[in-house]
Amino acid sequence: MGRSASVRNPPVCLSIPARIVAVDGVTATVDVMGNRREADLSLVDEPQIGDYVLLHAGFAIEKMTAEDAAETLQLWEEIARVDFGE
Amino acid sequence: MSTSASKARPADELLALIREQAERLGDRSIRLMEVCGTHTMALFRSGIRALLPANVKLLSGPGCPVCVTPMGMVDAAVEVARQPGVAIATFGDMVRVPGSRSSLERAKAEGADVRIVYSPLDALKLAEAEPGRRVVFFAIGFETTSPTVAATVAYARDRGLANLLFIPAHKLIPPAMVALLEAGDVAIDGFLCPGHVSVTTGSAVFEPIAARYRVPCVVAGFEPEDILEGVAMLLGQMVEERTEVEIQYKRWVSPEGNRKARERIDEVFQTADAAWRGLGTIPGSGLELRPELSGLDALAVLGIDVPPELENPGCSCGDVLRGLIEPPQCPLFADACTPATPIGPCMVSTEGSCAAYYKYGER
Repeated sequence: MGRSASVRNPPVCLSIPARIVAVDGVTATVDVMGNRREADLSLVDEPQIGDYVLLHAGFAIEKMTAEDAAETLQLWEEIARVDFGE
Repeated sequence: MSTSASKARPADELLALIREQAERLGDRSIRLMEVCGTHTMALFRSGIRALLPANVKLLSGPGCPVCVTPMGMVDAAVEVARQPGVAIATFGDMVRVPGSRSSLERAKAEGADVRIVYSPLDALKLAEAEPGRRVVFFAIGFETTSPTVAATVAYARDRGLANLLFIPAHKLIPPAMVALLEAGDVAIDGFLCPGHVSVTTGSAVFEPIAARYRVPCVVAGFEPEDILEGVAMLLGQMVEERTEVEIQYKRWVSPEGNRKARERIDEVFQTADAAWRGLGTIPGSGLELRPELSGLDALAVLGIDVPPELENPGCSCGDVLRGLIEPPQCPLFADACTPATPIGPCMVSTEGSCAAYYKYGER
């Protein structure tokens, strides 16, 4: 299974950090390791462009600082490589 | 990058600390349980279990949402999929889980409309795009996932969408931890609490468990260093004879959790008794739609009964989920049951213990 398939269909529990690049009402465009995706923002308080969010099943479920997000992203890229055959 | 207070210490330092603490606890055998599928995956991927001192054992509990879904729910979902004019949507691994007689994957091969989705919002979009079709979302997952489904239910209600229904099969983790402790057939000296469940619940949800059962609890993240630090924190509590709830995963988790997410859950769901694979029915461990939203409950609307389950008698998923046995002790493991031809859900899901054992060679 390639990376693209794993990103589309991750394990149920998995949550990944993403950066908000645009906001349109309750929907954001987020950047996940260079890929653009949609995220629903209705579960977090006052999301802003530039914030990092924890993305789970199409929703931002929490916000975080940029520094901590960088560490977590590094981990997830590693998981995607090791676990999904890259 | 400056050193962040929330970043775990280096692995070698943590392992040295863990060895020292284990020695201070003497010959005592220590069993720590994680209850999160992502922890299970991370443990096996990183090989942490082999690095721990001989008297410290990490058990995987009922933390895989696909695995704990009872077979009867799979059977009911298959029945739903077979109804004319119905499309059933769910998360990927769920499709491959064998029910008593079939699976969603097999139903699809026989012509049923089964869609794998990444988000419950994909089911909402499908329902909006195809108003002539009834779309049923088979909703599994713990407190990480249930807010996203709750929000989707609320959107469907607010938009007056008549053709999106739900099979609510969500589970709550704390009641399952209590059930394991009450059953008492597995000695648990500490819980490595689930990082992303705790994003929603907050770490405070584990306070009554730590206090009542005198069991240390640490909410841990998913990097190898996070898990090692979580183990070190649990052993530290044991050395100091404390039983508290601590947060290792401070990057995302607070004591109070995500209030907005919990409000969304409470708006559309209420707690109910729920059946777990391997653990039986646990009081207050599930979510059902509130009475005013019962018109969105697929099984009620379509008149589907959950038929009696026909478990494969050799399948030991239940014992694996309780931490009673390890996968290689199952007679079917790596023989009749493999990831290519799974018999039980613990071998289907990438978050399942059996799949992790199989993949990472601990046989």
